[in-house]
Amino acid sequence: MSYFSPSNPAALYLKSDTAAVDKYWDQSEHHPEEGASTPLGFWVYLMSDCLMFAVLFAVYGVLGTSYAAGPGPKALFDLNLVALNTAMLLLSSITFGFAMLALYAGDKKRTLRWLFITLLFGLAFLAIELYEFWHLIHEGAVPQRSAFLSSFFALVGTHGLHVFFGSVWLVTLMVQLSTKGITGPNIRRMNCLSMFWHFLDVIWIGVFTFVYLLGMI
Amino acid sequence: MGAHHDTHGHDHGHGDSHDHGSYATYFKGFILSVILTAIPFGLVMAGGFESRLLTVALVVGFAVIQILVHMVYFLHMTAKHEEGWTLMSTLFTLIVVVIMLAGSLWVMYHMNTNMMPQMNHEALQGFGS
Repeated sequence: MSYFSPSNPAALYLKSDTAAVDKYWDQSEHHPEEGASTPLGFWVYLMSDCLMFAVLFAVYGVLGTSYAAGPGPKALFDLNLVALNTAMLLLSSITFGFAMLALYAGDKKRTLRWLFITLLFGLAFLAIELYEFWHLIHEGAVPQRSAFLSSFFALVGTHGLHVFFGSVWLVTLMVQLSTKGITGPNIRRMNCLSMFWHFLDVIWIGVFTFVYLLGMI
Repeated sequence: MGAHHDTHGHDHGHGDSHDHGSYATYFKGFILSVILTAIPFGLVMAGGFESRLLTVALVVGFAVIQILVHMVYFLHMTAKHEEGWTLMSTLFTLIVVVIMLAGSLWVMYHMNTNMMPQMNHEALQGFGS
């Protein structure tokens, strides 16, 4: 990329005028900036995570109608609860966006405040999901009841675990931001968590559509 | 704070995070996704259309549009991001996901149909009579 940049005339000079030099070196120091490849690397991780969710979706697609004479989606799911859960995740997505805007504006206090609100929405999502799971288990709809329930708990549970670890990461970053301030590495970490958080929202669109909505039609 | 400004400036130069969005784009994305969530939920909660297939197609269609909205307004995906590698890896993942989902459902559907106990009964009855 920078080999032919006009900002490096030494390289051109060496190549054309000095016969003794038959090789062409990049004379300017070329440090890959620390963390410059992190966003792309993290995106590739998210894509691999996406493949993992795709496998779980495929399993649910194959096993989702094998009730083993047990309860089906219509007997178990409560769409009002799912709508509430979706609202929590959507709101957390926009508040995380506001946290990023505050971060880029260099306002640490505002960033931390938006992150805290995001955390509250994330925890509300987890609480509602745990309530739903508890309710299902209470009704005897446990994962070992049928293939449908096994694949349901595997898919929705994996998404819930992602939200849980995202929340742990969020708390970690809040501590780092408040102690170290808005530094380069912290901006990079916030960028990664932002991608992670919005990615989980995208996965949730798949979950509420294919598991809940299509199950209730 | 000095480190912050250096890194920030560098990011701008590199062009990998020059698009942070703004309050306007986040609000736009949020309102769009609220609408795109509310319609399929309302549709299913109201009982859906007569034709089950139409309801399913609409619900899935809204999900696809909403995923695109999230990609553009929240994840700030553009063709130029990271010199196009973000888009490339996403398209690759999408192709693998489609092959795997469609393949799994197709193969397992046919296996289920061919392994159905009632199919055997029919075959046996046909054989006996």
